[in-house]
Amino acid sequence: MFSRRNIFLYGTLVVVALYYLLPLYVMVVTSLKGMPEIRLGNIFSPPLEITFEPWVKAWSQACTGLNCDGLSRGFWNSVRITVPSVILSIAIASVNGYALANWRFKGADTFFVILIVGAFIPYQVMIYPIVIILREIGLYGSLSGLVIVHSIFGMPILTLLFRNYFTSMPEELFRAARVDGAGFWGIYLRIMLPMSLPIFVVAIILQVTGIWNDFLFGVVYTRPDTYPMTVQLNNIVNSVQGVKEYNVNMAATILTGLVPLIVYFISGKLFVRGIAAGAVKG
Amino acid sequence: MSKSARPNQLFRNLNAKVASIPMVLTALVVFAGGTAWTVLYSFTNSKLLPRLNFVGLDQYYRLWATPRWLISIENLLIYGVVSLVFSLVIGFLLAALLDQKIRFEDTFRTIFLYPFALSFIVTGVVWQWLLNPDFGVQGVVRSLGWTSFDFNPLYNSSIVIYGISIAALWQGTGLIMCLMLAGLRGIDEDIWKAARVDGIPMWKTYLFIIIPMMRPVFITTLVIIASGIVKVYDLVVAQTSGGPGIASEVPAKYVYDYMFFAQNLGQGFAASTMMLLSVMIVIVPWAYLEFGGRKRV
Amino acid sequence: MAANGTSVSIQDLSLNFGAVSVLRTLNLDVAEGEFIVLLGPSGCGKSTLLNCIAGLLDISEGRIFIKGKNVTWEEPKDRGIGMVFQSYALYPQMTVEKNLSFGLRVAGIAKDEIAKRIARAAEILQIEPLLQRKPAALSGGQRQRVAIGRALVRDVDVFLFDEPLSNLDAKLRSELRVEIKLLHRKLQNTMIYVTHDQIEAMTLADRIAVMKGGVIQQLDAPQTIYNRPVNRFVAGFLGSPAMNFLEGRLEKDNSGWRFAAEDVRIPLSTYAFESEPEPGPAVFGIRPEHVALNSGSGWPFTATAAVEVVEPMGSDTLVWLKLGKQNFTLRVTAECTPRNGETVSIGFDPMRASLFDIAAGNRI
Repeated sequence: MFSRRNIFLYGTLVVVALYYLLPLYVMVVTSLKGMPEIRLGNIFSPPLEITFEPWVKAWSQACTGLNCDGLSRGFWNSVRITVPSVILSIAIASVNGYALANWRFKGADTFFVILIVGAFIPYQVMIYPIVIILREIGLYGSLSGLVIVHSIFGMPILTLLFRNYFTSMPEELFRAARVDGAGFWGIYLRIMLPMSLPIFVVAIILQVTGIWNDFLFGVVYTRPDTYPMTVQLNNIVNSVQGVKEYNVNMAATILTGLVPLIVYFISGKLFVRGIAAGAVKG
Repeated sequence: MSKSARPNQLFRNLNAKVASIPMVLTALVVFAGGTAWTVLYSFTNSKLLPRLNFVGLDQYYRLWATPRWLISIENLLIYGVVSLVFSLVIGFLLAALLDQKIRFEDTFRTIFLYPFALSFIVTGVVWQWLLNPDFGVQGVVRSLGWTSFDFNPLYNSSIVIYGISIAALWQGTGLIMCLMLAGLRGIDEDIWKAARVDGIPMWKTYLFIIIPMMRPVFITTLVIIASGIVKVYDLVVAQTSGGPGIASEVPAKYVYDYMFFAQNLGQGFAASTMMLLSVMIVIVPWAYLEFGGRKRV
Repeated sequence: MAANGTSVSIQDLSLNFGAVSVLRTLNLDVAEGEFIVLLGPSGCGKSTLLNCIAGLLDISEGRIFIKGKNVTWEEPKDRGIGMVFQSYALYPQMTVEKNLSFGLRVAGIAKDEIAKRIARAAEILQIEPLLQRKPAALSGGQRQRVAIGRALVRDVDVFLFDEPLSNLDAKLRSELRVEIKLLHRKLQNTMIYVTHDQIEAMTLADRIAVMKGGVIQQLDAPQTIYNRPVNRFVAGFLGSPAMNFLEGRLEKDNSGWRFAAEDVRIPLSTYAFESEPEPGPAVFGIRPEHVALNSGSGWPFTATAAVEVVEPMGSDTLVWLKLGKQNFTLRVTAECTPRNGETVSIGFDPMRASLFDIAAGNRI
């Protein structure tokens, strides 16, 4: 057990692991200290006196611009963005992936290739045309507009994910269902859907973390009162007015990172599968 | 009555076609249409609003004469090389360590990967705090007595982009490790047995047998890292807002600022077209190798 | 219109995938209650043809009639077919009962009628105790029984089998083979059965259609196909070990036709030619079991050769030797075991042989 190889191996891993954990630790301890203690002490020392006031302040009092109702506003905005975006994007992409895998029609593959190539185009190239489209249909600046944007940009990777999954299912199952007389929607709802719960979980993980963590689309397509949490966090931390309250900032940071972290720690190996798939998104 | 004639092709498979409408619209209108629109308007002198007043390559001349753009490009190159090299090397080494049939593998993997679940904003804010010159690493070391200790990457314009890379590596290496680990696990156990029977030392086996076998994994990883590099934006905004001065500007931020703050759309379009071009330079050869090569076989 | 008594009629059917032609102007009439086996190597188009009949693939040219009705462009469910797949294709999340009833529920058939049909199918296939189980809890043989049941409850005229026994081990395969045969006798349905296994084809079929390259090479009763193959492909595909082939020339002298290969001369006075042949290059084929070992000189053709390998199979013995310079196999009784290297005499009657022209491979 304590061979030289093992000491080296585990020693390295533990040191690296500590490095990875350090920021999380610093975040937590800073958020539990009062400002006087932060000014005096060092960021690595545990709090002498634990206070939850920074958390309360971050959640309900921190200011962005004129609003001083804390991160709670951004949190609920993010919820109202993430939930419909996840449902809509997965609904569209799963049906589409199913159509591509099992009901191939002429030309379908061409559109699919454009879609996948589109996933590699920097968003900056498409930001402005989408602003115009959303303005034309009257959704610019609204949460619905952002939901549409997330559904659009989630489509390539999710469609690929579902197409590959449905393609890997035995073709004969699909044929048997057709002989049994089930149609497009019947096969999707009664055969495919019950068989593909794992891939739906992967897609949900992928989308929840991706959409929750988004900053660029949030800042482009929403207004201050509809900002998602990430945008609000950045505004709180990087606002130039007033005294910097590092403990409040760190509490706000943890709050913002909490949802994806919880998803991550609960989902474990499925998360790895999800990001391996989502990594293509870049 | 039996249908004896071949039915109209348009209506065959109608449901599948209906289900594909969102994909078709996205592919044609947003991806192809939007890209073409931006490229087209990059040749105009649009300011506050897009106007079709063509000025040829003017916007591009101006772009390449703007110091802020040049710094952005330089930063992107440095950031790109640093994150590419270090995330590949560290990611592979960590994966190789985890692949030694160790105990607590899941725990270690969970720790290395959790930053990837966090947004760039969260990452940027945390590292901004850790690298804070008064209270962060520098402050702590100085308070221990080493008063001349200097580690202040975020406020030093000559190294600020490296400071940003530290946070990027912390956030992204776990992913690379996971991809590499999957690649390592995909290699036949018998290869290792054969190498051991032949008496080849472990590092040589990795270098000359395993890594060449993992070529597809490396290529995929490379494409993933590269397309992420070009898009870097949130991290810079959260950590430095492009500062000090314009020392940590990046192209994506240039585009955003010119489109939505400077009200100089033409510049924004030209800059984003340059970003598109740089991505194409990475993607096209890869796509050609990956998909074009197969046809010749 | 298809002729009376015809169950499935395929007329000038072609299928192309882009430039690749998978089935070429294929014609096939299957009689009411007939058991047809489509036999061929993988890639010959046999499964494709079955999927076309089922309506799972859109054809390029031609027409398909089932029970006299043109179903070329009908949906699979409207064709009056039931299908059994190689991988069983049972819906994993449903119980056996739900699997059997799925198609009937989709069609909106009344509950008591569904229950009646399931009961009947379960009784025929003896799967009553399994009805409430999920497919994952069944053995391979049980799964295939359920898959057959799914076709059975549809109460259809035509059964399509796509390599249904290929995923089973050898013992189960032979058991289920017999059951399928009994099922056919009981139901008297038309059955079209795809396989690459010649034993299944020989034992089950009323007629076998041997396919290659999207074309039916020969359509005949199993014995005819085995004994009088129309070309060298069919001759070589059926039979294990494969038919012995000798390449040489067809010659005529004053004692009649004979086949000459190097130092071998085979008189063909007992061979039944298709038509009056012409001299020239040809292939002579004879099955291993039609060659006798050390059985005297009463044969029209005899020769001696050194034994190279002896393979006792239990029920019989295979003897490998060289006739001239060409490999030659004999199937002899198990009691007969020559030693390696031993010189033996062999003999056969060219009456049981097949002659093919060398260019096109057609029977002469």
